[in-house]
Amino acid sequence: MSKAILDIAALHKSYGATPVLKGIDMAVNENELVFIIGPSGSGKSTLLRCCNRLEEPESGSILVDGTDILRPGVDLNRLRQKIGMVFQSFNLYPHMTALGNVTLALRKVQGMEKEAAEEKGRAALARVGLAEKVNAYPNELSGGQQQRVGIARSLALEPRIVLFDEPTSALDPELVGGVLKVMRELKESGMTMVVVSHEMAFARAAADRVIFMDKGVIADQGAPEDMFGNPKHERLREFLSRIQH
Amino acid sequence: MNPAMSGWDRFVFSFFNLDIARQYLPAIAKGFVTTVYLALAVIVAGVLLGLTLALLRSFRVKVANFFIIMFADIMRALPPLVLIILLFFALPYAGASLSAFAATWVALSLVLAAFAEEIFWAGIVAVPRGQWEAARSTGLSRAQTLAFVVLPQAVRMTIPPLTNRVISITKGTALGSVVALSEILNQASSSASQAGNATPMTVGALAYLLLFIPVVIFGRWVETRFVWKK
Amino acid sequence: MDAILQNFFNMEIASKAGVFLLKGLGMTLLLSAIVIPLGLLGGLAVAVLGSLKKKWLSVLLIVYVDFFRAFPPLVLLIFIYFGTPFLGLDIPKLLAVAIGFFLNTSSYYGEVFRAGIESIPKGQFEAARSTGLSGSQTLRFVILPQAVRNVLPDLISNTLEVIKLTSLASVVALPELLNNARQAQALTYNPTPIVLAALMYLVLLWPLVRLLSRLEHKSISMH
Ligand SMILES: Nc1ncnc2c1ncn2[C@@H]1O[C@H](COP(=O)(O)OP(=O)(O)OP(=O)(O)O)[C@@H](O)[C@H]1O
Ligand SMILES: [Mg+2]
Repeated sequence: MSKAILDIAALHKSYGATPVLKGIDMAVNENELVFIIGPSGSGKSTLLRCCNRLEEPESGSILVDGTDILRPGVDLNRLRQKIGMVFQSFNLYPHMTALGNVTLALRKVQGMEKEAAEEKGRAALARVGLAEKVNAYPNELSGGQQQRVGIARSLALEPRIVLFDEPTSALDPELVGGVLKVMRELKESGMTMVVVSHEMAFARAAADRVIFMDKGVIADQGAPEDMFGNPKHERLREFLSRIQH
Repeated sequence: MNPAMSGWDRFVFSFFNLDIARQYLPAIAKGFVTTVYLALAVIVAGVLLGLTLALLRSFRVKVANFFIIMFADIMRALPPLVLIILLFFALPYAGASLSAFAATWVALSLVLAAFAEEIFWAGIVAVPRGQWEAARSTGLSRAQTLAFVVLPQAVRMTIPPLTNRVISITKGTALGSVVALSEILNQASSSASQAGNATPMTVGALAYLLLFIPVVIFGRWVETRFVWKK
Repeated sequence: MDAILQNFFNMEIASKAGVFLLKGLGMTLLLSAIVIPLGLLGGLAVAVLGSLKKKWLSVLLIVYVDFFRAFPPLVLLIFIYFGTPFLGLDIPKLLAVAIGFFLNTSSYYGEVFRAGIESIPKGQFEAARSTGLSGSQTLRFVILPQAVRNVLPDLISNTLEVIKLTSLASVVALPELLNNARQAQALTYNPTPIVLAALMYLVLLWPLVRLLSRLEHKSISMH
């Protein structure tokens, strides 16, 4: 069991002279769902983006499934397929259908035949409940459906871990549930996940561990019951009271 | 010309003289072919060069981009006629001479390339950063992202402005007449002075309308057809 | 290297031709100062009349605009300049050139203004009219200011094209910059004057090109 899929050590990142990540140590085990909370600007997005090198960290190490992704000469594009990424703003390709969005990397990076890729793409879309929307373009889908296509796009690549950066915060409230449901199912199927979000109810129900980030460091972490029910860290209490009004 | 003619007769005689039109039609038709040929050559070379430069620019190599921007700036600031005259009349002093066709073709292609580069580049920049990030996060390389995700979106946005620019620059083929290229305008005006009658000019003007009215209408259609839907 | 300097950057010839070229530059500026305001006004008139949504008028305007956009401006110029004498008319060179450029330029400005007016949501008309503004007041105080701002890059781009367009007047020997450069070249058997004229165009128009690039990128990053 407890094998680390993602293992981050002493990670530092700054923008110009401003340090944003000041030494992050964090491991995510297989099948684990780690939930990250923290004030705006605390570095949550930056941390996730470093994990597939959309941002380049200055120092530290990031092991994904045992491979150091910061090592020079590493085949980044192959590695990125192991690390799914789901964006706040979906970032679907507007000129492609749902199926086109999901199969692009299968065909161009993995070199799959069209038929095989489409079969896999359909399966991924079915998994997020969009079997009947395969030929829809993004502008024909609701925000919730678009985000589920975004999730399917990373699932199709059979990643070892999926990173979610505020996957529901661009959605109308009534559409949030559908996306969270897909994420729950994903967790239950054994996927390893890191989720940055403000959906506390989801965290209570589905997270194995909650991490509180503040000013570029991990200020506190623990089981959801402890973190939400009995917060010890001063800043965490402040943060929780603020977001729960 | 008969001085006893009325104003209207004189106008018809001078501008719509069927005999003269018939006589000079073959010469103008020859010019028509040259114009079409030149215009197509300019479009192909200009758009391809412009696209290449925009793609190069997207790799954001400082030195390369400096030269691309400088090229685009100069070619957009210089009147095309100045460029044609430089290439045709000044280049021979450097020991290299171009034919009238080549000088016009090179000059207009460079100008079109400069505008096309700017238009393609603006299109590439307008594709949101999230598109790059999504594509790269699924393992697509930089070049693949450009080819399959960014360019298809960029090109769509660039089609209306590019069409308009292509039209206005291909009309510049008429500038070839200044360096005695036998395209429509040159054939028409030399026919007119030979005939001592303006009718060949009318025929030439009609030839241009025949060529460009459909193109202008096509441009209008493109403008409504390719409005980018969010 | 020396030969290139002698041929293309000949200081002696440059200093001799300098004043003559500057005179040409003056004419280029004068011509621009005539054609640009007239073209803007003409274009504005075309767009405003088009916005009245009178069927026959709109058709007429589209025919006008497309007709003169389809004509290469040089053809228009030569047609007017060499054609009018056949009518027994003898119009001054500057006037012939200005008419030709006006027809071309007003069509292009007209298209730009039309796009600008069409970019304003209908709600703006309705809001203004509901406060009691007349049609022309609405146009003047509400619609046009927004429309112009929306198409400012295109207006500037078109203005750049008009200034470059004036070089065509050299074909009918109007003594503007390019014409004078070519005359000086013919007299001196040396292309330095043309190179010099090219540099003058660059100095004159490069700031406009830069401004344009900046505006275009700004308008893109805003949306
Ligand atoms: N591209 C960038 N250039 C400069 N500074 C940046 C950049 N991206 C982020 N930052 C800064 O880094 C800090 C951390 O940003 P990050 O986006 O990681 O925060 P976050 O915790 O995700 O916040 P939020 O909850 O608002 O999404 C912020 O202060 C931000 O201003
Ligand atoms: Mg964030």
